[in-house]
Amino acid sequence: MTARTEKLDRLAELTARRDTTAGASLWVEALRRLRTSKMALIGASVIALFVVIAVIGPWIAPHDPTAQSWRDEVFVNRAIFVGPRSENWLGLDHLGRDQLSRLLVGARQTLLVGVVSTVIGLAVGALIGGVSGAALAFGGRSGRGVDTVLMRGVDMLLALPSLLLAVSIAAVMGQSLSTVMIAVGVVQIPVFARLLRGSMLAQANADYVLAARALGVRRRRIVLAHVLPNSLGPVIVQTTLALATAIIEAAALSYLGLGNPDASQPEWGVMLAQAERFFVPEDLLDQASLMAVCPALGIIVTALGFTLLGEAMREALDPKLRG
Amino acid sequence: MLRLIVRRLLQLIPTLLGLTVLLFLWIHRLPGGPASALLGERATEADRRQIEAALGLDEPLWVQYGRWIERLARLDLGTSTQTSRPVWEEFTQRFPATVELALTAMLIAVVVGIPLGYFAARRRGSWLDAGAVSGSLIGVCIPVFFFALILKAVFAVNLGWLPSTGRQSTGIDATEITGFYVLDGLLTGEWDASWDAVRHLVLPGVALASIPLAVIVRITRASVLEVLTEDYVRTAESKGLKQRTVRGRHVLRNALLPVVTTIGLLTGSLLSGAVLTESVFAFGGIGRFIAEGIDARDYPTLMGFILLIALLYVLINLMVDVAYSLIDPRVRVN
Repeated sequence: MTARTEKLDRLAELTARRDTTAGASLWVEALRRLRTSKMALIGASVIALFVVIAVIGPWIAPHDPTAQSWRDEVFVNRAIFVGPRSENWLGLDHLGRDQLSRLLVGARQTLLVGVVSTVIGLAVGALIGGVSGAALAFGGRSGRGVDTVLMRGVDMLLALPSLLLAVSIAAVMGQSLSTVMIAVGVVQIPVFARLLRGSMLAQANADYVLAARALGVRRRRIVLAHVLPNSLGPVIVQTTLALATAIIEAAALSYLGLGNPDASQPEWGVMLAQAERFFVPEDLLDQASLMAVCPALGIIVTALGFTLLGEAMREALDPKLRG
Repeated sequence: MLRLIVRRLLQLIPTLLGLTVLLFLWIHRLPGGPASALLGERATEADRRQIEAALGLDEPLWVQYGRWIERLARLDLGTSTQTSRPVWEEFTQRFPATVELALTAMLIAVVVGIPLGYFAARRRGSWLDAGAVSGSLIGVCIPVFFFALILKAVFAVNLGWLPSTGRQSTGIDATEITGFYVLDGLLTGEWDASWDAVRHLVLPGVALASIPLAVIVRITRASVLEVLTEDYVRTAESKGLKQRTVRGRHVLRNALLPVVTTIGLLTGSLLSGAVLTESVFAFGGIGRFIAEGIDARDYPTLMGFILLIALLYVLINLMVDVAYSLIDPRVRVN
């Protein structure tokens, strides 16, 4: 709990440090470096492609993703699986549904899971972390009490391994898509809370805060107009990285049988989980293996896109690397 | 040092107490209940009530919580409703398997990760560096269970080099002393049993190592890069110290500080990953038992196992902090 806590705090402090010696503001500078970063470019392109597919997927899907066409195939080929062919580029799954169409349509659900769960973690976590940081830095004695209570709660969540936490939430709430989103989101709450709190504390003693205080600016205004916007750097980085984690963790929940039970609604994590029992990679283009490989590649590439962009942002915001 | 440890242990008490409340309420909100899980769907209301009374589940929640805490204070975790055996026994029986697996994974991650990160940093921009960085980025993006499935399918099912499930081959009748099969074989001199256990650990170990390995490579690399630019390294070099001394004593030792912390942080991901890896390889550890416990609404087992894991997790972090202050004297001053 504590080593992790300290690490998050240090991370927050590092990325939030702000010196305006160069003249340009931190954000302008960071954006400039982000634009020249190859990592950011690749990451952003992958994400853009993923979002475009999620939006237009249902329209460009060549087949109905829920239509089963194996009935006649079984007798012709004596096998349920059908490999890639001209009318089904990625073959059919075990129920004779077009893989490509399921992937294209499924991107939307996967994006939804990633975004909604990250928003849950971000919103609740940032609220706890923001209140806690502001209370500790500007709230005097009673503020310290508020901070202690909130942070003890966060520590409790941090003391449980993330998947176990997600599994128990999913078990309590029953199987559904919203369960997965909430379970994955709750796991992210303590991380966001710790980061924002740490980065606000790092800002609290900055010269501009002292100046504002000396000028008699109200505390609420200092927090909302000065400290908070300047503390958001690490939180934004974490949001990008959390999107990657959310998609992977949702797939893990599906694998443990806690995912969305409605399999007619394609979602990459569920598709991968269902393909598990057919997976025999003698040949990764084998009809049955393809069923697992396609959604897995989708998840990996998407997660990679978010990770690359997040890492590039972290580097861009790192004051030590400023030229 | 001792004062630090004692203070930190005392700080743990409120957090862990809060956790017991949270855990208790949480677990008792699971839909269904142990009685229905035990009896099946066709149980009569009377049967259900009788079992609930026997398990003490008919009393108000706060009374039940009080009972549980009282028993916890006597180090009694209760009895599993699945197997009717003490939760503590169930835990200690499965725990060695998970520890063996986690240690294997951590060993792989450290032994491969630290040198890889170190050499990637020393030859910054080389193909080795590029490979290590991109490999570690991909490593964290592969779902653990998918990686485990690929390993199992390729090396166990397809090539047949290694066993695909379990901790031990059938037919090997090893004496059990500690429950750590590799160690047991060494202790009794049954080398075959030890070797067999090692072979069973390779694939799940590699699968579980994927995330810690990726993280350790990146942290080591970043940290070595940072230390290489420090003044004291330049001083040491210009003093004409042997390169081996500079690297070993000045660069590596200082660069390993953040790596030590990270190793502690990774225990969480190891325990999470173990649940998945144990499922893929039918490895009889605590991860699988928890998954089964949820199905059976086995309240005592769930609460006991999760509490023990949290306690363990917190203690590991404490040990990391102590180790950290042993390597870095500056921490002690604060």
